[in-house]
Amino acid sequence: MIAKLRRTMLFVPGNNPAMVKDAHIYGSDSIIFDLEDSVSPSEKDAARLLVRCALEALDYGTAERVVRINGLDTPWVEEDIRAMVAAGIEVVRLPKTENAADIHRLERMVAEAERESGRPDGSVLLMAAIESPLGVINAYPIAAASPRMAAIALSAEDYVTSLKTSRSREGVELAEARGRIVIAAKAAGIMAIDTVFTDVADDEGFAREVALIKQMGFDGKSVINPNQIPPVHAIYAPKQEEVQKARRILEAAKEAEARGSGVTALDGKMIDKPIIERAQRVLELAGRPEGPWHP
Amino acid sequence: MAPMNSVNREIPLPLRGLEGAQPFGGAWARHAAQPRKLLSAGRPTKVLGSLEEAIRKSGLESGMTISFHHHFREGDQVVNLVMEAIAQAGLRDLTLAASSLTSIHAPLVELCRKGVIKRIFTSGLRGELAEAISHGLMDLPVVIHSHGGRARALLEGGIEPDVAFLGVPSCDCYGNARGWTGRSACGSLGYAMVDARVARTVVLLTDGLEEYPAAPASISQVLVDWIVPVDSVGDPKRISMGATRMTRDPRELLIARRVVDAMDAAGVIRDGFSFQMGSGGASLAAVSFLRQRMMERKARASFALGGITSQTVRMLEEGLVGALFDVQSFDMEAARSLGVNANHFEVDASFYATPDTGGPAVNLLDAVILSALEIDTDFNVNVITGSDGVIRGASGGHCDTAAGSALTIVVAPLVRARTASIVPRVDTVVTPGETVDLIVTDRGTAVNPRRADLKDALAQGGIPTVEIEDLAALAEGITGKPQPVEHTERVVGIVEYRDGTVIDVIRQVKD
Amino acid sequence: MEITKLGMAGTLESCDASVTVEPPETGNSGIELSIDCPDRRFSPHVRKAVLAALQEAGVAAARVFVRDRCALDCTIRARVLAACHRAAERI
Repeated sequence: MIAKLRRTMLFVPGNNPAMVKDAHIYGSDSIIFDLEDSVSPSEKDAARLLVRCALEALDYGTAERVVRINGLDTPWVEEDIRAMVAAGIEVVRLPKTENAADIHRLERMVAEAERESGRPDGSVLLMAAIESPLGVINAYPIAAASPRMAAIALSAEDYVTSLKTSRSREGVELAEARGRIVIAAKAAGIMAIDTVFTDVADDEGFAREVALIKQMGFDGKSVINPNQIPPVHAIYAPKQEEVQKARRILEAAKEAEARGSGVTALDGKMIDKPIIERAQRVLELAGRPEGPWHP
Repeated sequence: MAPMNSVNREIPLPLRGLEGAQPFGGAWARHAAQPRKLLSAGRPTKVLGSLEEAIRKSGLESGMTISFHHHFREGDQVVNLVMEAIAQAGLRDLTLAASSLTSIHAPLVELCRKGVIKRIFTSGLRGELAEAISHGLMDLPVVIHSHGGRARALLEGGIEPDVAFLGVPSCDCYGNARGWTGRSACGSLGYAMVDARVARTVVLLTDGLEEYPAAPASISQVLVDWIVPVDSVGDPKRISMGATRMTRDPRELLIARRVVDAMDAAGVIRDGFSFQMGSGGASLAAVSFLRQRMMERKARASFALGGITSQTVRMLEEGLVGALFDVQSFDMEAARSLGVNANHFEVDASFYATPDTGGPAVNLLDAVILSALEIDTDFNVNVITGSDGVIRGASGGHCDTAAGSALTIVVAPLVRARTASIVPRVDTVVTPGETVDLIVTDRGTAVNPRRADLKDALAQGGIPTVEIEDLAALAEGITGKPQPVEHTERVVGIVEYRDGTVIDVIRQVKD
Repeated sequence: MEITKLGMAGTLESCDASVTVEPPETGNSGIELSIDCPDRRFSPHVRKAVLAALQEAGVAAARVFVRDRCALDCTIRARVLAACHRAAERI
């Protein structure tokens, strides 16, 4: 069993049939059907129907199906949730999350939709996008607000506007928010997902940012173009040496367990629980099918 | 007494061993039409004042065969200009043998109706002319040749052009012509070179007349009879694709990555290998990924063949490719390179692809990447008719390179809009499945079962593959099962395989 | 669902369909359907998908005009449903 990965979450405009019909072929771990920013107010109903009909008719393979619904303060949110849950969506991503109360409201609506559509209670997961300074401050309460919470994500565009700054190549303006979101997610035992990188032509800048957020501890990144998927997977793919070392660590641990010994060592270094867990994660990343393009 | 010749030498005829010998009769006795040496007259010239005069002097008559090349692609202004003049001259029932025709040749529909054109030989047909022919415009079916097959037919005499009308971007007053200079530059004249060699009369049309000598030349003066200056042989904006740029289309990039991964796993990317890649988006992207992979593997290609683009030129100039064999230059960068790079060679269609010669360059290919309109579960490929049965493509070098190359990869998206590319049975076979090794789509890669070795190699390299039947079923699951295209019994097109045998026919579409 | 006014949904982009739903002409109580389909091989599929969606929406009487751009059946369904909802809204 491969642990759930969310290295790449691909945004797909919800009212675009050409893009909705086979969004999974690019191998992202998740697809986020967008009903929010990419859909104009007059097309909200049409996008909702298009995504619903696609989810009911098409096979998206192993990709996780996520929907970005409209905000809690909009007239569309209730119908978005009802239609998407009925159509079998796996994760609901809420935009502009400010506090735990937002998640509690969302949770009630989702639970109601599950009952209506006859889906098991608790089967739909939640994900919160944090897009404001207040949301960043409340990152932990948001992350811990519900057992349905699977991840919190930084959404940087509105956030930097609130800070009265803009996005830079180095990303210094996002450093604090990123750090807090990763810590909050890990404290709550869920995933942290980084914001989109909007300049799809800047391959080098993108790769630099992905390396940075991986090192910070993010589990993955929202992407807006399928061409951004292979570089993320390549950067997240463990190096050959890492994989070999992880295998040896797990073997040594297994041997120690068989001997009934609690303590074990490899190459003269003690192996403890965190090291074993890291090794397991390395092998999970390495064993992912459709995985790195350049092994 | 033996006869004296014109320099008063006694020639004792007959001469043993050279029984047919004739006595010398004067420097120009046998070429009365040739210009005499007069200091004031300047250089002799083949340049005529008008196209009408050239048609008259060429000896063209009704019922004869005329030939053209397609190096100006969608920008071609030669075929329409010449055909209009021929119609004006009152000639009829001509056989038009073009290396290819495109949508710019729509005016030919009217000339077919009027009986000026009786028959067409071509590699490709698009637009209104293709549409009209598919619906029964012509009494005689169009004959579709591959590039190699056409050159073979020209050399063997299957096509005998009485007059070749060849547009050239630059030439001198005696007919030395080339394609990489001039304002209508198109690069290689590889297809035209064969016509120039075999046509009974060769008429060049040019908008770039140069001082003698225009050397080096792609078409030599010894092959040329007449030259007609015209305002324009081609629209530069439509001759080339500009500098062919790397696509950003994610679907094409996805396919391109898979192609290069498969080539790598198949063991093709090694020092001294050779390749040909087309001008389609996925092919161009594959060149770029191939370049990266070659640098990683420290593998240098011995040559690249075919339609040449800026991407392959870059690899030549970087030293990643040893030589370019260029039968057709796809962009201005390739045209420029042909003029300046010593290892960028212009080759003709027979060197490129003709079977049954000493051996064409396609026989030395390690890998070729080809596109397709449709591929069936027997790996047969259709590049000539659309899913509605209407002609809209070109045979080109498809079956030639597929037959020659050690690894033939055909790429296509599994579904275009609602049209499946992988089908149980293609509408028209151009390239037989036995010459196709690998199909790469955006929804999976399939190996021809004839190539168990390739299947093993891909499995070893960790490349997942599926059965082609599964791809066809997946496609049909997405699109639904289409109603069959309705054809009449009447044959409107004959598709020749490169060896001159008939591989398929195209029937008239029912209205 | 009663069609009370003109409702449109979808676009003329590739893979999409533009659907117009209008109240029936007076005296006409059924579905009056007109389909423009660029690929004749799929005309029956498009017709079937449109009729199924109208039935799903509970529309028994309407004039429906579909300009198909090689949409999949699920897209046809979504566009017909959207057009019906828009044509049935009270002003």
